[in-house]
Formats: sequence, C-alpha cells, structure tokens
Amino acid sequence: MTTTQMEPVGTRPLTVITHSAFLTGRLLRTLWRMPTFLVIGLVQPVIWLLLFGQLFRSVVNLPGFTPGSGGFLQFLTPGVVMMTALFASAWAGTTYLQDIDRDVMDRLLTSPASRGAMMCATMAYQAIQTVVQSLVIVGIALIAGARFPGGVAGVGITVLAAVLLALAFSALSNGVALLTRQQATLIAISQFTTLPLMFLSSAVMDLHLAPSWVGDVAGYNPVEWAVVAARQAMLAHTDRGTVGTRLGLLTAVVLVMGLLATRAFRAYRKST
Amino acid sequence: MVAVWRSAMALEAVDLVKTYSAGRNKPPVTALQGLSFRAAKGTVFGLLGPNGAGKSTTVKILSTLSVADSGSARVAGIDVAAKPDRVRQAIGFVAQKPGTDPMGTATENLLLAGRIHGMSRRDAKARAGELIDRFGLADAANRPVSTYSGGMARKLDVALGLMHRPQVLFLDEPTTGLDPQARSEMWHEIAGMATDEQMTVLLTTHYLDEADHLADRLAIVDHGTVVAEGTPEELKSELRGDAVQVELAEADGRARAVLQRVPELREITMDGCTVRGRTDDGARALPPVLGALEDAGIGVTSATLARPSLDDVYLRHTGHSLETAGDEDPKGLEAAK
Repeated sequence: MTTTQMEPVGTRPLTVITHSAFLTGRLLRTLWRMPTFLVIGLVQPVIWLLLFGQLFRSVVNLPGFTPGSGGFLQFLTPGVVMMTALFASAWAGTTYLQDIDRDVMDRLLTSPASRGAMMCATMAYQAIQTVVQSLVIVGIALIAGARFPGGVAGVGITVLAAVLLALAFSALSNGVALLTRQQATLIAISQFTTLPLMFLSSAVMDLHLAPSWVGDVAGYNPVEWAVVAARQAMLAHTDRGTVGTRLGLLTAVVLVMGLLATRAFRAYRKST
Repeated sequence: MVAVWRSAMALEAVDLVKTYSAGRNKPPVTALQGLSFRAAKGTVFGLLGPNGAGKSTTVKILSTLSVADSGSARVAGIDVAAKPDRVRQAIGFVAQKPGTDPMGTATENLLLAGRIHGMSRRDAKARAGELIDRFGLADAANRPVSTYSGGMARKLDVALGLMHRPQVLFLDEPTTGLDPQARSEMWHEIAGMATDEQMTVLLTTHYLDEADHLADRLAIVDHGTVVAEGTPEELKSELRGDAVQVELAEADGRARAVLQRVPELREITMDGCTVRGRTDDGARALPPVLGALEDAGIGVTSATLARPSLDDVYLRHTGHSLETAGDEDPKGLEAAK
C-alpha cells in the first residue's frame, strides 16, 4: 500500500464542462460495450423508410402535394430522421431511472458533480446517438435511391435539427424521470407526447393534404420545426430564413427544457 | 478548500424533523421527530435501529440528499442546509444499494469518482490502484462490475466512498445482504478505516453485533428519535449486572411469585417456560434462585447467566427486541404507531 497523502484532494473547483465530459464518457463507454440499443433503435426507422417509401410512393402524385419536393423517399427521409430522434430521446430518462434504481444517482448527488453537468451529460449522450442514427438513415435513403439536392450542407442542417430535437426531448424525459421515478409513468408520458407530435407534423404526410387545423397546430410543434428546417435544407434552393427561424425556435426550446429539467433535481431532493 | 473548523465534532444533528407524504388522503409519515446526536472527529459513530427507525433518513439529510423539515445539522463543521456544495466535497457516501456503474470496471468506476472530486488523472489512478489492492479486487479490477459477487461489489462501493479521502464517510448498512465471510472481511476493513484514513465514519446498522464490534459510540434510534446514546460499554453497564435466564420444565405461573421472594433478583419477566431476571452478581444469585424453585416443586431444565448484551440495552430502551423488530416491514412499523 502506498503512503496516504495528507492534504485534502478533490476540492478544486471544476466547471460544468469537465464534469459533463466525464459523465458523458461513462455513458458512451456503456454504449460502446453494448451497442444493441443503438442498432435496435435503427430497425424501426429503416422499416418505415423502406416500407413506407415503397407503399406510399404514389402519394407525391396526389393533387395538392407540394410540387418540386422530389420523390416520396426524399420527402420522407427528414421525417424519419426526426421521428427516430424523437422516439429515442423520449426514452432518455431511462438512464436516470437505472441510476436511481441502483444508488448511482444518490452517490452522484452527494458528490460535487454539478446538476447541470448531470443533465448535460445525458443530453449530450442522446445527441451523439442521434448524430449516428441520422447519418445511417440518410445513408440508407441514398442507397435506396433518394437524392438530396441540398448536399452536404443540407445533411448537416438535418442532423443539427435532429440533435436539437433530441436535446429538447431528452431533457423533458429526464425531468419526467426525476419527478416520477417510475418506468411505467415515463413510458406512458413518452407515448402520450411523441405519437401525437409526430402525426401533428408533416413528418410522413404533406400538410397540404391534411385538414387545415392540423397545419395550424403543427406551427407550434417542435417536431414540425425540425422537419421543416431539414426538408428546406435538403432542397436545391434553400430558404435560409425558414431554416434559421426553425433552428432558433428549437434552440430556445432546448434551453428552456434543459433549465426546467435541471430544476427537477430540486424536487427530487425535496421528496427524498 | 474546506474551511478550518475548530469544533471537535465531525457530525452534529440537532432536533431533526422529517415527514414524508404517504400519498393522497393519507396522513404524512413521520420519519424523524427531533433526532439529535454528535460524533467526534476520527471516530466511528453507529446509528442502531430497525428498518424504518429513521437511520437512512438521517444519513440522507446529513449527506445533502434530502432536506429536513426543521432542525439543523453540521457535517465537518459545515451547515448542510446553508452550504450543501461544501458538504459534498467533504463527505463520502456509501448507500444501501450499489452505487456502481455495472457496465464499468472497478478501475473505471473509481477513476470517474476521483475525477468528479477534482483529482488529477494521475492522482486518481494512483489512489484507485491503492484501493483496489487494499480491498483485494486486483484480479477483478478490469472486469465489469456486473460480474462481481455481492461481497466484491460491496467492497467496491466502500472504495468509491473513500476515493477522494473524505473527512466524513457515511456507511448505510454496509453489510446487509452479505454472507458471513464477506461480512467479517468488511468489518475488518471498516475497523481500521477511521484511524488509517483519519476520518469520521457514520455507520447505520440493524445488526447489534456489528454496532458492538465497530462503533466507538452509538445511538439507538427508534421511531425517529435517539432513545439512548453512549459507548457500547456504557450502554451495557447502565443495565447493571448480569442477566439470569431459567428454563422451566413446564410453564408454571407460580414461578414469578416464587422468584420475587429472592432478594438478589430483580426485573423478573416470564415468557412461557422462560423466566428472565437481573442481578448484580450472577454467581451469588443463582443458588438461591434454583433453591427457591426447587422448594416450590417447580422443575428446571436449564439456568444460564449472561453479561448484558446490546440486545438487552435495545430491549430496555425500546420495549422490543431488535432481532424481531428488524424483520418487520418499515411501512408496517410506521403504521403500527
């Protein structure tokens, strides 16, 4: 056994950033050792992409479908990317629930780990998964024959929009996990929010073909903002204003959700 | 840096009160009702009591996990309500359930804990290696924790709490669920800890022998308050004298009256065929006790003398034996009040 140091260690101030990096590293290590969930998370979107892409191929020929949007696969790809980001991030709170179930959460909360860093780490982890999954989906769409005139920049903005969406909903999911601490409640709330949000957007269907109230509601739907930004960016002539406002709105949602979810740690402490 | 603190007390809890909401239309559950104790620096202080007595709630408040409804507490001289961040730098926390990441190895878990506490990578590596050797985890250090036995995982939990050399270490039921072998190994580790690491340990347990063996001082906790406090020896000597236990051949109601006429014996209780009493000097009391029973024609199968145990102390202060109380469901215990 080596000699024991006398001076206290571990009392130097550390920033939220370094703590976030350590905690994100832990989550990524787990993912690296067990990438099952990353792969399973891709099965559903790939089925949507290939099956829906074939099944509804002629939808683009319907009168009212926005002209010039290319084939249905090109139309569908941003929608599927956002759906994947949405569904995966709605489950993000599960990581907290596992940590609460063991006493990992309590050990972190009694350590100097910053609450903000604990929140950022799970959000960043979700964002990294979203980057990988989004690129895989775009890749598969390209192989299946879709073409994106927006090019690399368009794909980049699509991934960015997906990441912002994932950040917002993983924060929400984390907050719900901290407040309820129940897997069943988390599942119920995820399903209750994600499915309506998906169908109240143009993810799989051009809203010109939907009742007008759906379009009105979709204007307030973050999923729709992400889909619109991505779909615009994939076009040959991108309307930068449309993309910019949608990304700005998404960023605002991420900040608000992140702050609210971090505050949920206080409620967790009060009820412990 | 943690502020210089002149008090010799590492832990001070004053009149802690905590109630939990039990849900809609149910009265709130009182976990603590005015719990107070003090533990000196460099000692092992035990909180002894059954599940639901309030031990874990006390640990949660002192470790900043939970907030008391009223009362105050200082850990390493720092007020837990006013400066929880500073308290967190000074403490190590070993919860009842595992605090390890099952997908990480022992080394990875320790390094993360050290880095979170602001240790440099080099310091953290050296300290992790030291703790792995000390807890006999060297062979398993690079295996995921999910492959560990209960005893190994528990040792790693304690090592995680020690990683940053805390001033105060909380050990919440460190040996619950361990087999006797792992338990005695853990005792061995804890016993040397306060001196080797120059720190204060707050140990909660519902095992009397554990409290007796490890704690320099202990507080018996029942229904959210401290009912007795002292060193194990002090608590036992308060009971004055030896316990006498006589097993009758058959239950006989006269035995109690007969024994009450023996001047050496007091505090006589009967439970079926078992008669218990207390005496200042067991060796002198036993012959008249047996004589009186024989004169009355009451058959005796055995008679034993025992030095007072902590269970006797516990029984005396709480009115129930810890061995039976410990098995009760905590919620049931609260509801029974």
